[in-house]
Amino acid sequence: MMTQPTTALTAWKRNTRRHEWLVWLAWLVTISAFIVTWQIMNQNTLWFFLADAPEQIRDLGGRMFPPSWSYIHYLWGPLWDTLNIATLGTLIGIVIAVPVAFLAARNTTPSRRLVRPLALLVIVASRSINSLIWALLLVAILGPGLLAGVIAIALRSIGFVGKLMYEAIEEIDTAQVEAIEATGASLMQRLDYGIVPQILPTFFGVSVFRWDINIRESTILGLVGAGGIGLQLQAALNTLAWPRVTMIFVVILGTVVVSEWVSSQVRNAIR
Amino acid sequence: MLRLEQLTKVYKTGDKALTDINLSVEAGQVVGLIGPSGAGKSTLIRCVNRLVEPSAGKIWLGDQELAGLSKSALRRQRRRIGMIFQEYALVERLTVMENVLSGRLGYVPFWRSLTRRYPADDIENAFRFLDRVGLADHADKRADALSGGQRQRVGIARALAQEPDLLLIDEPTASLDPKTSRQIMRLIIELCNERGLPAIINIHDVPLAQAFVNRIIGLNQGRVVFDGAPVDLSDEVLTRIYGEEDWVALRGKPGQENEDVEAPALDAHRLEAAQ
Repeated sequence: MMTQPTTALTAWKRNTRRHEWLVWLAWLVTISAFIVTWQIMNQNTLWFFLADAPEQIRDLGGRMFPPSWSYIHYLWGPLWDTLNIATLGTLIGIVIAVPVAFLAARNTTPSRRLVRPLALLVIVASRSINSLIWALLLVAILGPGLLAGVIAIALRSIGFVGKLMYEAIEEIDTAQVEAIEATGASLMQRLDYGIVPQILPTFFGVSVFRWDINIRESTILGLVGAGGIGLQLQAALNTLAWPRVTMIFVVILGTVVVSEWVSSQVRNAIR
Repeated sequence: MLRLEQLTKVYKTGDKALTDINLSVEAGQVVGLIGPSGAGKSTLIRCVNRLVEPSAGKIWLGDQELAGLSKSALRRQRRRIGMIFQEYALVERLTVMENVLSGRLGYVPFWRSLTRRYPADDIENAFRFLDRVGLADHADKRADALSGGQRQRVGIARALAQEPDLLLIDEPTASLDPKTSRQIMRLIIELCNERGLPAIINIHDVPLAQAFVNRIIGLNQGRVVFDGAPVDLSDEVLTRIYGEEDWVALRGKPGQENEDVEAPALDAHRLEAAQ
C-alpha cells in the first residue's frame, strides 16, 4: 500500500501562478506608494519647528490647565442647543430615510429601472457631503443659527440611515413574506407583518447609532455658524482663552460618553 | 374540490418545471406528493395559490378558476387556501398569537391588522386553534422562543385560522426529528379528517407518507408518473419515480415506524421541552 506519493505530480497549490504574481504585484505597488507619499509628505515639513514640539506641548498644556470651571454656567444653553440640533436632525433624517430605503431596496422598490436609481442617488448625494459642508452651505442660504444646523444634520443622516436600512430590507428572510402573502394579505399588510418585524432591530440600532454620531458632529457645527456649543468653542479659540477651550472639551467629552452609553444600552435592549 | 388541468410551468431560464399536470383532489382527501429533488413538487403546490405563476393551464378550486384571476380577486381566493411550510415560515419576531391571527389578514382591513385589533370572533377562534394544536399556554411567547415542533404547530394554527377549503403543505417534517415528524403528520391528518379538508403534502420520506396519507402521487421531471394507493408503491413504481436504487435493503414495511426504536432516547429532552 502506497501512502506517500514519490513524485511531485500530486503537488497542490491554493493559488495559480497568475494569482501569485498578482498578489506580489499588489504588495509592490502598496509599498512603493507608501515610500513615495512619505517623501512628499516630509518635503514641506520644517524640522526645526518640529524639534521644539515637546516644549510647545508643555507650554500650551500649561496655559490650558486648569480648565475654567466657572465658565460651565455659560455652556448649558449652547449644550442644550447642540443636543436639540442632533436629536431633531436625526428625527427628520429618519422620517425621510425610511421611505427612501423602501424605494431603494431591490425587493420593495416599485420600479428597479427608475425609482431605485433615484433613491440610491438621494442616498449617495447625502452621504458624500459631510455635515460640516452641508452646514456651510445652509448658513449661506438660511443665515446662521440652529435651523441650519438641524437641517445639515438631517441631510447627512438620510444617506447613513437610508443605506443601512435598505441593505437590511434586502437581506430579510423571504419565506416569512411568502407565508404572509399566501394568507391573502394586501401589500401594506405584507409590509407590516412580513417585513417590518424583521427590520425593526436594525431600524432602532441604526437610528440610535446615528443620533450618537450626530451629537459628536453637532458639537463642531458652530464653527461655521450653525449654532450649538461650537460657537462658544470658536469664540474661545479666537480670543486664545485656553482654560475655556479646555472646559468646552470636558463638556463635549462628557456629552459624548453619555450618548455613547445610551446608544449601546438601546442596542443591547433590542434583540 | 381541487382540479388542475394541463398545468404547465416553464421558468424564465427555460427549465420546464411542470408539464401538463392533470389531477383532482376530492374533499377530505389527503394526497402525498413524492418525487426526487427538482421534480417540481414545490412548484406544483406554489402554482395552486400562485406564489409561482403558472405558464399555462387551469386551476379549479370548487367552482372558481384561479389561474386567470386579477390581483385583488386572487387575494380573496388565497384566503381559502391554507399553507404550511418546511421551515415553518413564521414571523419570528412576532408573538405566537400574532402569527396565528396573521391567518386572518385577508379578512380584516389594514388598520385593524396594524393596530392588532382583530374582531372578537377571530381572537376566540385563534385561541381555539392554539388549544387544538396543543399550544394554549404559549400565545404570548415570541415565535423564535419555541422549538421546531412547536413552531410547526403554530404554522398549522395559522393555516387553520384562514378557515381554508384546501391545505397546501410543503415538506412539513423535513426540519423535524422522526418522533416530532410523526406527531405533526398525525395532527395534520386528524385535522383534515375532522374538517373534511383536502390537502396536498409534499414529502420526501416515503415510509412516512405511506403511513399517513390515503393517496400518493409520484412526480418525476415535472410529470405525474404514479397516482394510486400507498400500498401500490412497489419497487418498480419507486424506480419509475426516483430512478434505479436498491429499494429492498433500506425500506421498512409500509406503516411500520422503524426509526421509533432509537427515537425516544434521542428526543427525550426535546419532548420535555415540548410539554
